[in-house]
Amino acid sequence: MTMTSAADAGSRAPLLSIRKVAKHFGRNVVLRDISLDVAEGEFLTILGESGSGKTTLLRIIAGFERASAGELWMGEERLDRQPPYRRRVNTVFQNYALFPHLTVEQNVAYGLRVAKRPEAEIASRVEEALDKVKMAAYAKSKPSRISGGQQQRIALARALVNRPRLLLLDEPLSALDANLRRQMQVELKSLQREVGISFIFVTHDQEEAMVMSDRIALLRSGELEQVATPREIYGRPATAYAAQFIGHTNLLKCEVRGGMVRCAPLSWSAALPDGPALFSLRPENIRMTTASTTIAGSVRVRGKVSHQAFHGATELIRVECRDGLVLVVRTPGGGGALDEVELEFCSTDAVLVRESLVRESPGRESLVRESAERI
Amino acid sequence: MFSRAYKAAVTLPPLVWVTVFLLVPYGLMFCYSFWSVSESQTIVHSWNLANYRQLLKVDVYWQTLLRSMWIAARVTIFSLLMGYPLAYFLSFYAGRRKDLLYQLVIIPLWVSYLVRAYAWKTILGSDGVLNTLLQYVHLTRHPLEFLLYSPFAVVLTLTHIYTPFAFLPIYAALEHIPRNLVEASHDLGATPGQTFWKVIFPLSIPGVAAGATFAFVLSLGDFLAPLLLGGPSGIMISNVVVSLFGAAYNWPLGAAISLCMLVLVVSLLFFSERLEKKWSFS
Amino acid sequence: MELLVSDANFASGSRWLLFHAVAVFAFLYLPIAVLILYSFNREGVGGFPPRHLTLDWYRTLFADGPIWDSVLNSLQVAFAAMVISLTFGVPAALALDRAQFPGKAVFRRLVLLPLILPGIITGLSLLMLFNGMGTKLSLMTIVLGHGTALISVATTEVFAGLQKLDRAQEEASLDLGANYWQTFWRITVPNLKLPIIGAALLIFTLSMDEIAVSFFLIGRDNTLPLEIWGRLRRGITPEINAVSTIIFGFSLVAIVLWYRLRVRGEGAIEGGSK
Repeated sequence: MTMTSAADAGSRAPLLSIRKVAKHFGRNVVLRDISLDVAEGEFLTILGESGSGKTTLLRIIAGFERASAGELWMGEERLDRQPPYRRRVNTVFQNYALFPHLTVEQNVAYGLRVAKRPEAEIASRVEEALDKVKMAAYAKSKPSRISGGQQQRIALARALVNRPRLLLLDEPLSALDANLRRQMQVELKSLQREVGISFIFVTHDQEEAMVMSDRIALLRSGELEQVATPREIYGRPATAYAAQFIGHTNLLKCEVRGGMVRCAPLSWSAALPDGPALFSLRPENIRMTTASTTIAGSVRVRGKVSHQAFHGATELIRVECRDGLVLVVRTPGGGGALDEVELEFCSTDAVLVRESLVRESPGRESLVRESAERI
Repeated sequence: MFSRAYKAAVTLPPLVWVTVFLLVPYGLMFCYSFWSVSESQTIVHSWNLANYRQLLKVDVYWQTLLRSMWIAARVTIFSLLMGYPLAYFLSFYAGRRKDLLYQLVIIPLWVSYLVRAYAWKTILGSDGVLNTLLQYVHLTRHPLEFLLYSPFAVVLTLTHIYTPFAFLPIYAALEHIPRNLVEASHDLGATPGQTFWKVIFPLSIPGVAAGATFAFVLSLGDFLAPLLLGGPSGIMISNVVVSLFGAAYNWPLGAAISLCMLVLVVSLLFFSERLEKKWSFS
Repeated sequence: MELLVSDANFASGSRWLLFHAVAVFAFLYLPIAVLILYSFNREGVGGFPPRHLTLDWYRTLFADGPIWDSVLNSLQVAFAAMVISLTFGVPAALALDRAQFPGKAVFRRLVLLPLILPGIITGLSLLMLFNGMGTKLSLMTIVLGHGTALISVATTEVFAGLQKLDRAQEEASLDLGANYWQTFWRITVPNLKLPIIGAALLIFTLSMDEIAVSFFLIGRDNTLPLEIWGRLRRGITPEINAVSTIIFGFSLVAIVLWYRLRVRGEGAIEGGSK
């Protein structure tokens, strides 16, 4: 697993180091051999489907769950032996977990009060924190009297006022409606830059992960599938799962023989050892063409359009070629109804991926789904 | 998320307390039931089954036990007949007044048990309220003597006392029935009667089981109402125990009877729990 | 009658139910009404119709020293029993909710057993314990008896409250740096305020009224129910009606207070979970 993909992440000593962490509840294995470093000031997203173990990993870092194996280090300090209240880690909970019997102000002051800070300091820091999230006007309200978006800000202020070294966010935007969600994504990202604290953000929403993160750690069935920057994970997915989970893709099951990749009716040359190979080809890397001349390294195929899905700026079309090959192609929208088309892509855009890093367990459906079904 | 120390801190104190003041006393009761009393009225700590043998041999003990169970069974049936329709009425027909009426069922529970039993005594006595009322309106000429100091008086009083106990779990069970089930039943063509018997009643069985257990167990162990209103024919098993622990001074035999009651009660609870589990679907 | 739903389909069934409900309420309230009415009857208990309404029985009552001593005893016992039950019942609920330990199922049954067990068994088994330990029977033994039996009330009420408590509340507190002790007092207890107050009120009232357990553990000093019991054996007097009426009055006030507290509290909680 490459950990140094983000240029700025590898250059500094890690703030948090997760070493070979595993977690099982009875016989149910939730996390397996997780190793991951989080850099100072980094926005790291743990992305995964529900049940992938992402919340469990977050709860282990916060201290609500004990890892079955492995260690957590924050600098020179062994973190996993500390109770949650001794860790300089704060959490923004999924449903915010604001204390209903305390006012907004008392909620934000809570961490400082239990730490027995002087009242004058508490007052000024709370005020500052509420200002930062633009909620000063609601200081005296009870949490039940403010909206979901406002509760979200208070939860942030309540965590940040303690000046943690690391902030954990457990799907904090999932309770908000789509518009507010997009707005909060931007606000959260700029707030993170402003305070300079490392964020670990848990979500199941790949778009959200792409928009906000410095790096994404893709978690699947308790194992890390890939850790990389959004661009890298999109452009160079390591596995078929990563390619499919983040954006649309065409998965091509090919056979390599003598430096030629074959996936009937396609073929192109590549310096690969003989044997089966799996390629990911993004729909936007395939073009419709009318030109008769072929550029070097490009692959061409004809097919019949069987379905068109209009997405506004672009359109996804499903093309059935010979030998049962189906390709999904992203074209600029507004082309009207299509029938026979000639497709072209550059062979270097087909990314070799591994099927999966996760050991197949019996009963799980095959992970290489027919990608064309996803349009 | 809770540390071992936290769990120990919340577990150990109640565990120790319960052990000392519940488990050990029950254990003592168990021991006593195998001991005996000497001529000089001291406890002999030799183990034997004499007390249990005596329970089977002497008619009055097991007859009283049977009579107590018969009284408790009647109390249970009458409490259910009082409590179930009332709970059904409140839950399905009382509308906005539901909470108020619910409180009205609870309020009598706040009046001392003893005082309510006493009130029945003043009502049922030969020159009590009921008899003087009947004579006042010339329905009877002489006081009706069967009203007081009879099993009737005991059953009546205990029914009065345990009707709210039977009502509460039934009402809770009825309140938990999603109303759209009733609508679905009507939608599928069931009449109100069919809906009641095929949907509402089966779903309320856990409440009925709990209410019946309450009424039966608590009335089975009662000894004050029989003392106050029962007369010689209304004596119940607990009265026998009380006298064995008091004037008769035979604690071992009393402990044996108590232990039988304890076993009876615990097995009833077990049975009722099974029934509740079997009929709860959530 | 107008309080019923007006749906014609249900009218006949619900009318029958209404008559039944009225009859049950009459049955439940008849003794209480008689009790109160005859506390004002100069001719004593019984005899219809009541005539010569008077406050004499209340005057007698207020001059009756032993009754007031027993009331004071009962108040002390109820308060002490409440403290014991909460001290051990609240942790027991937390343990049942959060800890796993061998024998937990037995522990749960044991704690809850006195709730349903006839008082005579609890009373007698404790009598044997105190007898075995050579403890002299007194108000103290009654306190221990009530405290032990009523742990079940505290545990059931608080356990039900814990089921509704969002675990994230306590996690958030720990996350913000509060230790377990601080979290218990600042978050857990305030969130369980209603069940705890409810349990406290219930325990207090049940202890005030308890007689079956006390019957076996009584020493020299009487509690109110035992004092009343003693007098009932000697014969009936409207003074008992008078004291019962006064207690009933206090109970009603307590119910109304509790009810208003709960309505307000539930409003706040519902608002909080939106």
